[in-house]
Parts: sequence; C-alpha cells; structure tokens
Amino acid sequence: MEPQQPSHHRQTVALPDPATLKRLALSDSGFVFDPVSGNSFTANGSGLSILRLLQGGNTLDQVVASLGAEFEVTPSLAERDVIEFISQLRSAFK
Amino acid sequence: MTASCLSVAITGMNAVPDNPGAGLAVARCLREAHGQEIRIVGLGYDALDPGLHRREYCDSVHLLSYPGSGAQALLARLLEIHEAEPIDLLLPCLDSELPLLVGLVPDLAERGVRTYLPSAEQLAMRAKDRLAELAREAGVAMPETLAIAQADFFRAAEREEWRYPLVVKGVFHDARIARNRDEAEQAFRAIAAEWGLPVLVQRRIVGEECNLAGIGDGRGALLGEVMMKKRAVTGRGKAWAGISIHDEALSDIARRLVAALKWRGPIEIEMIRDSQGEYQLIEINPRFPAWIYLSQGVGRNLPDLLLALALDRPPPPLAPPAPGLLFIRYAEETLVPLAAFERLMIEGQLLGDTSSK
Amino acid sequence: MNARKPWIKPVLTAHKPGGMNKFGPARPQLHQAAFDGAALEPLLAQFGSPLFVVSEKRLRENARQLRRAFSTRWPKVRHGWSYKTHGMGAVCNALHQEGAWAEVVSELEYRKARALGVPGSRIIFNGPWKPDAILEQAMAEGAAIHLDHLDELYAAEAIARRLGRKVPVGLRLNFDTGYSEPWSRFGFNLETGAAMDAVRRIGASEWLQLNGLHSHIGTFVLDVRAYAQQARIMAGFMDAAEREIDCRIDYLDIGGGFASRNALQGIYLPPDQVVPGFDQYAEAITEALTEATRARSGQGKPLPVLVLETGRAVVDDAEVLLTRVVGGKHLPDGRRAAILDAGVNLLFTAYWYNHDVRPLRANAGMAEETVLFGPLCMNIDQLRASVMLPPLQVGEALCISPVGAYNNTQWLQFIHARPAVVMIMQDGRIETIRTAESLASLSGPECLPAELQTPFPEPSAR
Repeated sequence: MEPQQPSHHRQTVALPDPATLKRLALSDSGFVFDPVSGNSFTANGSGLSILRLLQGGNTLDQVVASLGAEFEVTPSLAERDVIEFISQLRSAFK
Repeated sequence: MTASCLSVAITGMNAVPDNPGAGLAVARCLREAHGQEIRIVGLGYDALDPGLHRREYCDSVHLLSYPGSGAQALLARLLEIHEAEPIDLLLPCLDSELPLLVGLVPDLAERGVRTYLPSAEQLAMRAKDRLAELAREAGVAMPETLAIAQADFFRAAEREEWRYPLVVKGVFHDARIARNRDEAEQAFRAIAAEWGLPVLVQRRIVGEECNLAGIGDGRGALLGEVMMKKRAVTGRGKAWAGISIHDEALSDIARRLVAALKWRGPIEIEMIRDSQGEYQLIEINPRFPAWIYLSQGVGRNLPDLLLALALDRPPPPLAPPAPGLLFIRYAEETLVPLAAFERLMIEGQLLGDTSSK
Repeated sequence: MNARKPWIKPVLTAHKPGGMNKFGPARPQLHQAAFDGAALEPLLAQFGSPLFVVSEKRLRENARQLRRAFSTRWPKVRHGWSYKTHGMGAVCNALHQEGAWAEVVSELEYRKARALGVPGSRIIFNGPWKPDAILEQAMAEGAAIHLDHLDELYAAEAIARRLGRKVPVGLRLNFDTGYSEPWSRFGFNLETGAAMDAVRRIGASEWLQLNGLHSHIGTFVLDVRAYAQQARIMAGFMDAAEREIDCRIDYLDIGGGFASRNALQGIYLPPDQVVPGFDQYAEAITEALTEATRARSGQGKPLPVLVLETGRAVVDDAEVLLTRVVGGKHLPDGRRAAILDAGVNLLFTAYWYNHDVRPLRANAGMAEETVLFGPLCMNIDQLRASVMLPPLQVGEALCISPVGAYNNTQWLQFIHARPAVVMIMQDGRIETIRTAESLASLSGPECLPAELQTPFPEPSAR
C-alpha cells in the first residue's frame, strides 16, 4: 500500500490564481472556454474534476482527497498527476 | 426536407479565402438544384472549415479522420456517420483523400454508399509525377516537370538549364512561383513539410490560365464541359475572378485526355494558353474545382449531373455553352455561436435537428 | 457509497488551428496485445524490457512472397539475403533455408556467413572495402565478387594471378534512372564511360572474367518505374559489354531498396497507400527486362539470372520492439512526453521513420499528442516527435513496429546494455536468438594495465 500522507511540501506547490480559474466556463462535455484570452480547450473527466475543485478554492490536499473519493487512485499518484496538471494550467491560463 | 430524402455527403468544406476547397460550392449547386428535397452532409477535417458552418448548405456536419491516418480509420469513421444518418452518395472534393477513397469504393458500395470515382490506376495516371506520360500519350503539350527529393537540386538547377522563375509544386496541393534559388529552396521546404516528397519542379509558362471542368463517364466520353478563364488571381495564384469561355481547341484537348484516361467522375483540367496561343497542360485534378458554382450559372450544373450519373437517374438538361458569365469571389464572415463550436469540438459533429440554424 | 471511477490521468488539450478535429488522427486499432499469435505481455514478463521479438513465420512468408512474385515472371531468380539489414544467425539461417544466398558487404559479414555454414559459392560479396585476405578467400571459394572501383579491380587481378586461374568477377555500376536520386559513390559510373573502361580492362586481363553486373539504385524506392529503368539500362549495358569484349553476363543483380510498410518521415500518405507490393515491383522489373532482352532471346542467348538483394521489405515487419514507460511529463510547450526504456540506441531507424506505436493493453483515455523519448541522456534520443496516444502510466508496455530492418545491426551499446532478441518459432515456441548483454559484454574485451587496476589505490599500496 502507498502511504496515505505522501508529501510535506504541498503548500509549496504554486496553485493557479483562483480568480483566473473562476473566470473559466466549464461545460460537462469537457469544453473549457477562457473569456479573457478567447482560447478554448478540451478536458477529460479527471481534468474537469480538478478544474472544478480548484475553482472552488480547494487546497492541493483537498483536491487530492476529493479525487481519492471520486476515482480509484492512490493519494501519491493523484498528487503526482495533479502537480503536473497544475503546471499545465499555469501556462494555459494567465 | 423529409427523413427519406436523398442524402449526399460532400467533403472539402475548407472554403478558406486564400485556397478554397470545392465542397461548399458543390453543396450550393446541389441545394439550388434540389432545394430541401436533398439532405446535404458536410464532411470536414477541422472544426474551423468554413463550409461546415454554412447551415443553409449543410444540414448536418461531421469531422473525418485525416487521410494520413489511413484508409481503415477513414472507412471506420465514414461507416460510423453512415450508421448515424444514412448516406446515399459520397462526393469527395479533395485530392489528398482520393487515393484512400477509391480503394474504399467496394466497402462503401456494400454498405449502400454510392460514389462516382475513377479507379486507382486512372487516379495514378494523372498524378502530378506521371502527368507528362499521359500528356505525351494524348498528344497534349506540357511544360517540362521534374520530381525532386532534395533541395540540393536548386544548387545546380541553372547549370541544368532550369531558369528562374520556375514553379515548385506539392504532389497533392500547393504551387509556388520561385524567382530565385532562395525562394525555390524555401518553397521546397514548405511544400515538403506539408505534402511530403517528392516535390515537383516545373518550367513556368507565361500565358493565360484557362480551366475546364467536366465529368468523365468511365468509357472515354467527357460530359458537360464548362470552361473558365481566370481574370484576376490572389497572391497565391488562386482565382479571384473568372469568366466563362468557350474554345473548341480546349474542349478537344480535354476530350483527348479524358479518352486516354477513360476517366470516371469529376475532373478539372488546368491549362495555360501560351504566347503562341497553344494550350499547355498544367494539372489534372480528380475532383470539381472551387469555381464549380459557375457551372450552375451557365446552365450546366455539374454536381447535379454527377448525382444523376451516380444514381442512374436521367441526367438534367445541359444548356449550350454560355461564354461571358463572370464570377467574383468574395470573403464574408459566418457567425458561429460558441455552443455550436463546442459540439463540433467535443462530439466531432453537428446534427441538423439540434443545429443553431 | 458509489463505486469509484477508474483513474485516467488529467488531460487538457488546447484547441489549436490546424488540429481542431477529435477524429483527425484517429487510428482504427489503438492497442496490440499479440504478435504472430504470441501474447506480448507474458514475453516481457519472462524476458524483461525492452525486448525485440522476431516472427519466424512472417520472415519466411515474406521471403516466399518475394520469390513467388519474381519467379512467376522471370525464369531464373536468386535472392541474396542482405546481412547488413539483419545479420543475426537465426534470421539468416531461416532465410537461407528458404533458398536465399548471403549478400555481404564486409570481411566480418563474409566470415559470419561462412561460420553459419554458407559455402563461398553462395555468397555475394559487395561493398567498397574488401581487404586482400578476405577478397582472396572469397575468390578462391567461388563467391560472386562485385568490384567497386579500379583499385579493387587491380587487387582482384593480382589475387587471381596468385591463385593461378582466371576468376569470374562482376562489376558494380551506377547511373541515373531519372526517377531516383543517383547513388554515384558506389561502383563504376555509366554515363562518364568509367563502367565501359572497366569492362575493357577486364576484357584485356588474363586473370579476370566478367560474368555479372550489379547496381543498387537507392533505398526505400517507392516508384517502381525507377527499377524498370534500372533493368533497361543494365540489360542495355550487358549487351554493350558482350559486344565490347569476349564475355557472357550470367546475371543482373538489381540490388535492394524495395520499401517496407513503414512510414517514412516526409511522406504524406500512410504506407498502405504508397508502398508497392512485391508483385508491383516484380511486374515493372520483369516487364522491362523482357522487353530489353527480346533481341537477346532471339539470338538464342540464355537469359541472365535476376538477382535481388531485398532486405528491408523482407524483414521489417517480421520484428517488433517492446518497451515500457518509465516516466512522463509535460513539456513547456504543452506537449505530453513519455520516457521509455528503449531509445535510439535500439531503434536507429527512428531517425527516418514514424514507427507505429501502440500500447499492449486497451486504454480508454483520450488520445493526445505525445512525444516519445528514450532513456539516453541525450537530446537526440526521441522515438516519435508526435504520436497520438492515451495517457500512459509508468510500467505501461508499448509495441513499436515494424523494426526488423537495420535496428539489430546498427544498435548501440551506449549507456545501456543491449536487450534480448527472441523468435516466435513456426510452431509457436519462443526461442532466445540473442541473449541480453550484461556488464561483462561491455567490460569483457577490455584490458586494465597493471597500474590502472583500481580506481582509488590506497597510498600505502604504492
């Protein structure tokens, strides 16, 4: 089994600005529209869940915990994938 | 329009201003001939293909897999669409998809999708790298053309009597005039990157561009020829304005080429009338041209004639040649709600009943 | 509580011009669990990753198809198996059992063929450098020698004099077919007259006898007309040589270069649309040859044997490379990247092909543009610049194909030991045909001078 508490660095992960994420229009279809840049994107199911959790102002801990409740995923894999996804979000939405 | 009415799927909806595909013009011809008695399924390769958003011409639209993904992927996607809304006739309008589609004709026919296309061999005989052989056989003049695989060619080109400006062409699409070695190498790289190798180099003939569109009946006859001379071109050499003409000499050359090919299906023959008044063959396209709407204007609606041939229906009457009708191409914007774009991006299709029409 | 959904890595794809089509890069079959009837995951579990897997059945079938395509159209056909394309003993012997001679281009390859038990009289010896000792052995053993340049002609003449008998030799020619870029660095050029000079020089020799002509027009030649023209030119030169000197050309060797069903970078359409089959090559070549030898047949002269050195098109799709994902990341430009345990050290051909890459297991995730990197600590170590793949977990196995041509002869022992190669035998048995290398393979041939025996000698030991 994976350890339940993998990281003590999580407060050091730079989350995207919540105000930036809040402006995004998220559709259940996975269609993501940024009214400021005019860019659009397609997110898959887990990507959409993470975007919604971040829009709701959740911390990384909370995002990882929520994902664990929704998906069959260990905390350490969820955390790894969220960290990588967040880095994508930071460059996609400025 | 009724659920049981004839359904025609048309590709080449990329009616982009600088280099339009013919699909939208073909749809327009069929719409004008049949009104709402025909269902037009627009097939595209990009959600931004302009024709897909002209809902007065396309009752529904679907995105296809790229030709580069292979024939099996394309067949699977076409059958998926056919399952969702039966297609009676598939009318492809892009050069790059034809090699795959002619191979799929039996599979499509088995599922009830008709086509009116040349054979693979006919298609290959008019390919840009084999055109010279065909021209020789049909006794038609043609500027010298060479297939090259390396930009190094241009280093020694002038020694080999290849003088600038010359024309650099892709095997499927694109032709650029190069005035010097730098431009030629640049054109070679750009074309090779998009359309692959070989790249063709052709001597540039100065003269007037005259094109002929028609339909080969598969037994050697050319039906319903319509001739056009370009009156103004865009920066990329595409027609901006043109006028219907009639010249028996051009018609005669086209008949010889179609007879040599025993061509079946739509065809466009591109010629240049040189300073001596002689026609030089530039290209043979295995599809209708983007200016095909002119055919409906001169009373020879070629897409409608093709429909009749493909479905064994009595052909529509053809008016006698009518030189002197101009076409002038223009650009305008279609407004597309985000919801329609979203559906096209997420689902890869827009069905008629839920459209934003 | 509801059942939790399976985890698929999060994906966010930007909608970019030119790529706004979810069906665009679609592929009908996104995974490959088996090859030639053998399940692949168990092979990886047994032999480790990465792993090369060769199908004996496919190899033999390809060789038979090649032979059938030509021998139904030309009376005498010979296939020389190109050792440089795949020189592993099991592969060579499977093809020799199908009737192929050995086509070698170096001393090492000549010795390899002899060591496998191929008699010299069934070896075709090509290449720009044939050291004296091996050239002498090959001439003594009756190999088909293809002279590449004048210095080699003189060397062969000196050897024949030593052997004390007149030895048959062939000439390698180069010329422009008009359909492919000419390869002018090998052999004697036709257009400049150098080839006919060589013919005359052989004609004047007491010790050499011209009996064959060879040429190789290029590699991955997609236009069958290039071969038809090659056949015409060679047949014409055969007649000219026989008129010029007292000789009889027994064979025309048209070399290799037939394309395999692999996606060459820079070709727009997929291989199934552009790569001719053996029958198409054979039709074009034998038709041209029949036409070009009509007068000869009329004079009652025997038709030459047609020699083929087809390598790539016979072996390429008979082998796959299995590899596992060892890590993943997103590049700053937004592209997804996967790091694999196999790189260009094993797949040299990744420099010019876009190999097909499929996960072994079906994967429901959204396919996304992915860059595939190998394990080398080198920027050039990239197997695919862009391929549509679903999100890949660490440990996920991928099948790369076709890889049979040139990879097992050009692979590198750089940083990593080379992995095992196994063969799926005709009866379905799995045999190792080359064991995985180890540290001993790397260090074994090395020698340490006495004072360099240890890395950190104790000062007291001095």
